[in-house]
Amino acid sequence: MHSTQNAESPESKNNRLDKEIPSSVKVISEPLDPWQEITTFQSEYLTQGEFGATATFVGTMRDFNEGDDVTGMTLEHYPGMTEKQLQEIIHEAQHQWTLNGVLIVHRVGPLLPGDPIVIVACWSAHRADAFEACRQLMEALKSRIPFWKKETLSDESDRWVEKNTDGYTS
Amino acid sequence: MGIKVKCFASMREYLDLSEREIAIDGITTVADVWRCVAGDKPMPENTLCAVNQTQADTEFNVSAGDEVAFFPPVTGG
Repeated sequence: MHSTQNAESPESKNNRLDKEIPSSVKVISEPLDPWQEITTFQSEYLTQGEFGATATFVGTMRDFNEGDDVTGMTLEHYPGMTEKQLQEIIHEAQHQWTLNGVLIVHRVGPLLPGDPIVIVACWSAHRADAFEACRQLMEALKSRIPFWKKETLSDESDRWVEKNTDGYTS
Repeated sequence: MGIKVKCFASMREYLDLSEREIAIDGITTVADVWRCVAGDKPMPENTLCAVNQTQADTEFNVSAGDEVAFFPPVTGG
């Protein structure tokens, strides 16, 4: 699943409330290459010179959680609601910060330790907007977007991850 | 036209229900939808509900053609 909004015209780039910025939301079941995704989005939707800051977050699967060794994970989501709510948090972010573009890609299906799970990338003229929007988008994704993880442990049992921690307080 | 009900993750296992269409008769709110599909099983305290892919509380009114979903707290990212 992949939705991309059209790039805005150069003359409207400072009028962030009137027009949606270029954004891409993808939920994929194949391996995720963060740097390729970022490079592709940037070359496809952004103009060299218009942005001065790119903040990226890459979430990667650990091999431990809650004191246990984790050997695998399966991620599921709510098709349709996931994409709709990801677009919503991007919409909120572009009203809070001045951004040139936002990319969010999230894996679903079976994963192994070391596999990238998620990327959030924000482009802006200045670092403060890029950093803060990237952080806030990631926290919004963790707390609001309908994805669920089921972990497999070293004794081959599995368990649902019950909740995400609040990244601002933990 | 009835109401499409979807359950995800541990909720799907708890109710042994992935997706089901129910009749609108006797259904007014999300809580009514729960009683229809869950019977006597109580709704776990941390359950999240969505109507037409937007989160809603259990007293939210539903209509024929709506999609209602039940799921546990989200754990992506």
